[in-house]
Amino acid sequence: MKHKSWLLLLILLVLLPLGYGEYYVNLASQILIFAVFASSINLLLGYGGLPTLGHAAYLGVAAYLSALVALKLGMGHLAAAPAALIGTTLMAAAFGLIALRATGLGFLMLTLALSQVLWGTALRWVSMTDGDNGLRGLARPAPFGINLDGATAFYYFCLVITVIAIAFMARFVASPFGAALKGTRDQSRRMSALGHDVWMIRWLTFIYAGFWGAVSGLLFVYYHKYIHPVSLSLANSAEGLLAVIAGGSGTLAGPLVGAAIVMLLKNYVSGYVERWNMLLGFVFVVIVVFMPEGVVPGVQRLWRRFISRA
Amino acid sequence: MAALHIQSLKKAFGGLPAINDVSLKVEEGERRLIIGPNGAGKTTLFNLVTGDLRCDSGNIFLFDHEITRKATHRRVHLGLARTYQIITLFPKDTLEHNIALSLLGLSRDRWNAFGRNRPPEEAKGILARVGLEHLAQRPVSEVAYGEKRRLEIAMALAQKPRVLLLDEPLAGLSREERGAVKQLIAGIPRETTVVMIEHDMDTALDMAERITVLHYGRVIVEGTRAEVVADPKTREVYLGH
Repeated sequence: MKHKSWLLLLILLVLLPLGYGEYYVNLASQILIFAVFASSINLLLGYGGLPTLGHAAYLGVAAYLSALVALKLGMGHLAAAPAALIGTTLMAAAFGLIALRATGLGFLMLTLALSQVLWGTALRWVSMTDGDNGLRGLARPAPFGINLDGATAFYYFCLVITVIAIAFMARFVASPFGAALKGTRDQSRRMSALGHDVWMIRWLTFIYAGFWGAVSGLLFVYYHKYIHPVSLSLANSAEGLLAVIAGGSGTLAGPLVGAAIVMLLKNYVSGYVERWNMLLGFVFVVIVVFMPEGVVPGVQRLWRRFISRA
Repeated sequence: MAALHIQSLKKAFGGLPAINDVSLKVEEGERRLIIGPNGAGKTTLFNLVTGDLRCDSGNIFLFDHEITRKATHRRVHLGLARTYQIITLFPKDTLEHNIALSLLGLSRDRWNAFGRNRPPEEAKGILARVGLEHLAQRPVSEVAYGEKRRLEIAMALAQKPRVLLLDEPLAGLSREERGAVKQLIAGIPRETTVVMIEHDMDTALDMAERITVLHYGRVIVEGTRAEVVADPKTREVYLGH
């Protein structure tokens, strides 16, 4: 049953460009990119119990690195993409050393502080990042000679990467390591007393989440062909966190649903409602009131109740 | 060689000494009971041995390894296991999964981030040994207190520890449950050295070979069961004269 619903979702996503125009296909691409970003946050928040408010750092830095390698060094995507992924992952390793001095609220503040440093740097280091203007003049890659400039071609590219990313993250949380990670979330003291190296488990997860955050950053910069400091901002981290909580943290489907909710409100509804942020807040409040565990577990719960009554 | 050797251990909380120059030698295979009134420092002593707390001074040896400054999980890999006074389990997970996490703690597989996590074959057998096989698929939060206590001991035994620390394993149990847990502890193989804390002297007296009486962070009396019971200092501690 579970595998079937994932397969059904995949088929719908594959067929989507046949039924919808360019606007919606682009919107779907953005949802996929944001879903990868939110899923990487979910590794920390949902499975590790580590609330990060600085995950935009990995999305933004990967995007900036990719753009800078192309613009400043004149190299192609074949060099830029690995450089961005490796550079960002190493940064996650270093940031993890600092942020994991604490857990809970302390961890949240440290991740926030670290990402704010990067945001400030991107805004002020004008000679490198062009500050508030952002970096423009970027091109999408052409893997195996396939041109990705069209909306549909890029959408399928995003879909392939997203499926790979979600599959790897799903495997990760279902692995023995993932079981240990969930153990550290629920009873960290007991885990140490059972021989698990709690700090190391958290650090490796932090790095892994940073890597997938970087992957979403590459997709992000390919999509927009432009990068601005706002991608590194607290607002971006918070939207990712919001997507995870709204969709259901600690579930695989939760961040996907959450990403769809946030992106639809941000892009689609904002065309009709000027204060979309207010609407996002309102939707979030409604979700928290009626399904405090998030939409995915909440709907499952309501569905079970409905079935048992019928 | 002593299984657990503690040398002039000290730990103070904000100037108040909780463990004040405690030395202790538990031989391999021994059943040691540590008793003392509330606030005697029994659990603090355990937390120092496991590494949950760092001592101010002194040394701790587990067989020939000095473990005084080692991280908790490293001590576990050297053969130390414990249970908690307040039961500390994974309440949402099944009993089988709790055992699996215990086995995983010592397995190399714990770093495997890409394989599938399957409950190990041994888990069922370990649950059967403590008579909980029929509850393997139930979440911990749904089973009775005494069963939780047995599960916690089973998790510790699953690791085949060389030294097992039991923190008030009989506390809060009914008479029948107490019998079951006592039987379980009596059945622990001699390869495992057992150090047990009890608050109430009478409940656990028959389970120990040697007894240490702790009071205000100091060892007051130590000896065989008969020696300790006969010692007037023991009575003083317990009767408050």
